Amino acid sequence: MNLHEYQSKRIFAKYGIPIPKGEVAATPAQARDIAVRLGGPVVVKSQVLVGGRGKAGGIKVAQTPDEAEARADEILGMDIKGLTVKKVLVDEAADIRSEIYLGAVLDRARRRVVLMASSEGGVEIEQVAAETPEKIVTVAVHPFLGLRDYQARFLAEGIGLPKEHTRQFIKIAKGLYEAYMGSDASLAEINPLVITGDNQLLAVDGKIALDDSALFRHPDLAEMRDPDSESPSEVVARRHDLNYIQLDGEIGCMVNGAGLAMATMDIVKFYGGDPANFLDIGGGAQADKVATALGIILADEQVKAVLINIFGGITRCDEVAKGVLTAIESLDADVPFVVRLAGTNEKEGREILAEAHFPTATTLAEAAQLAVAAAKGEQA
Amino acid sequence: MSILVNKDTRLLVQGITGREGAFHTQQMIEYGTNVVAGVTPGKGGEWAVGNTPVFDTVVDAVKATEANVSIIYVPARFAPGAIIEAADAGLDLVICITEGVPALDMVEVRAFLDTTDTRLIGPNCPGIITPEEAKVGIMPGHIHTKGHVGLVSRSGTLTYEVVYALTSRGIGQSTAVGIGGDPIIGTTFLDVLQLFEDDPDTEQVVLIGEIGGTDEQKAAEFIANRMSKPVTAFIAGQTAPPGRRMGHAGAIISGGECTAAEKMAALKAAGAQVARHPDEIAEMVAANLS
Repeated sequence: MNLHEYQSKRIFAKYGIPIPKGEVAATPAQARDIAVRLGGPVVVKSQVLVGGRGKAGGIKVAQTPDEAEARADEILGMDIKGLTVKKVLVDEAADIRSEIYLGAVLDRARRRVVLMASSEGGVEIEQVAAETPEKIVTVAVHPFLGLRDYQARFLAEGIGLPKEHTRQFIKIAKGLYEAYMGSDASLAEINPLVITGDNQLLAVDGKIALDDSALFRHPDLAEMRDPDSESPSEVVARRHDLNYIQLDGEIGCMVNGAGLAMATMDIVKFYGGDPANFLDIGGGAQADKVATALGIILADEQVKAVLINIFGGITRCDEVAKGVLTAIESLDADVPFVVRLAGTNEKEGREILAEAHFPTATTLAEAAQLAVAAAKGEQA
Repeated sequence: MSILVNKDTRLLVQGITGREGAFHTQQMIEYGTNVVAGVTPGKGGEWAVGNTPVFDTVVDAVKATEANVSIIYVPARFAPGAIIEAADAGLDLVICITEGVPALDMVEVRAFLDTTDTRLIGPNCPGIITPEEAKVGIMPGHIHTKGHVGLVSRSGTLTYEVVYALTSRGIGQSTAVGIGGDPIIGTTFLDVLQLFEDDPDTEQVVLIGEIGGTDEQKAAEFIANRMSKPVTAFIAGQTAPPGRRMGHAGAIISGGECTAAEKMAALKAAGAQVARHPDEIAEMVAANLS
């Protein structure tokens, strides 16, 4: 789950990281009021969960409250990469002398949280890594020790930060690490962290991505989820613990397990089809969950055939078969289905489907070929 | 011979009285696994499925039953504690089935395990099976058959898929190990490849990877330099869309974007046979035998 800039910066502030004064507005009039209160030049920033807001015209400077209102009017309602801007952050404009990058991320190879810094602030870190990797300095943090001063100092020296800022930088780096750990983040970055005209470090922009598995212990953070950042189908999927990603193809896929779901998409492609989605119904899926999953697939108008591939471990095939039948009964499904069940209770599952006159396949290759043919309107 | 689990495995089930724990303990016993004890805090002294004694702590269970391997079915929020408790009690091997364990909890767990001799498999994995000897996990036992192909996989159901295809062709397995799909896991491809290389009963190996991380590239390096047995590999996610995370900062740190194509190329260069889809794996393994 990704947090907006204003949400991320509020968390940073809680951990002692200096951020610009600012407030969130949903209307141009509110933006004007905030600019009046801040009393000086402001930056009006669209709050949408995509990168490249600046380039898209979603971040603008305003010298006066009137200008702030006008800029907010332009930005609110704007479409940025498919997302409609519903909120803007109105921040005191910073007097920026130079920009750096500071981020925290989980390094799966080292099995540690890693802090990384770069002298190239304001640029996406992916770009820096691709073009000038030598400009990124990292330190790995031992979980039982936490981030130590010497490590933060190493980062500061590594990016050539003027010595007068070292003390404040150490405080900010430690704050970022604490914010990362305290919110169970998977990514927390300040970009840019700027040096201002009066020689202070200031987190002008930032973002936090949270580990969904840890949200159970952060109800306050879970509430920050922006429902507009997901498609209606994705919202339904998440509420039912289904892992769903919509794609452009014509063969709807319902599979248990992420690895098998990806492999099923791979084999559909191999036989000349295009998957319409990734959908992992997870372990222990019950009939109602399967029905919900099928409902999501059928809601996609591009779907011309549905391939259900279930290998039963935790999930029992008879449960899946019942779910498929329930879904067909409750939904107005006029696309062909290909069902392939194997594993725990596969015989019972196939019997249930056979009684309802459903085509079933034994191997995955067979199922994929049938689905591809069915999507092309050929007789299965 | 085989690796990790066999007929000498004395299994302890953490979370034996839960719904999943009870169901799968029954299945494991029916397969022939020697389940000697269960642990559920607060239920010590009771009896669970298959007349298995339940203890309050892992230490009590080990003392009373000489259990040497533990399997964990407890909910995600309690799983890190359960792993640490099992390692602290000195068990050789701990298999954590639980999915959805917070990543930062696993960072701590791994750092603790580094100070012990305990090997962890998982979390978020199907477990380990040595056909006809011991099933320590949630895989459907009946699809496996005894033989000489070792499997190691990040996936659950995809592994069953491949095992099923092998068994259908009359090709048996020495041991199948699901190492789990989470960012931080206890045992990697590298460790399991080494075990298979050293196991006289394993003649060839199937490796099933996924997009993300760089463990497959490390495995490729090992295959090129240290592996004498043939390896057949498959990487799931060739058609997967790029992740919709806000950034790929994690991938950058680990080096590279880690697409399926990159991993397949690395494995091919290392001398492994690389299948384009799951059904091709069994074909390739069969070809090695003829």
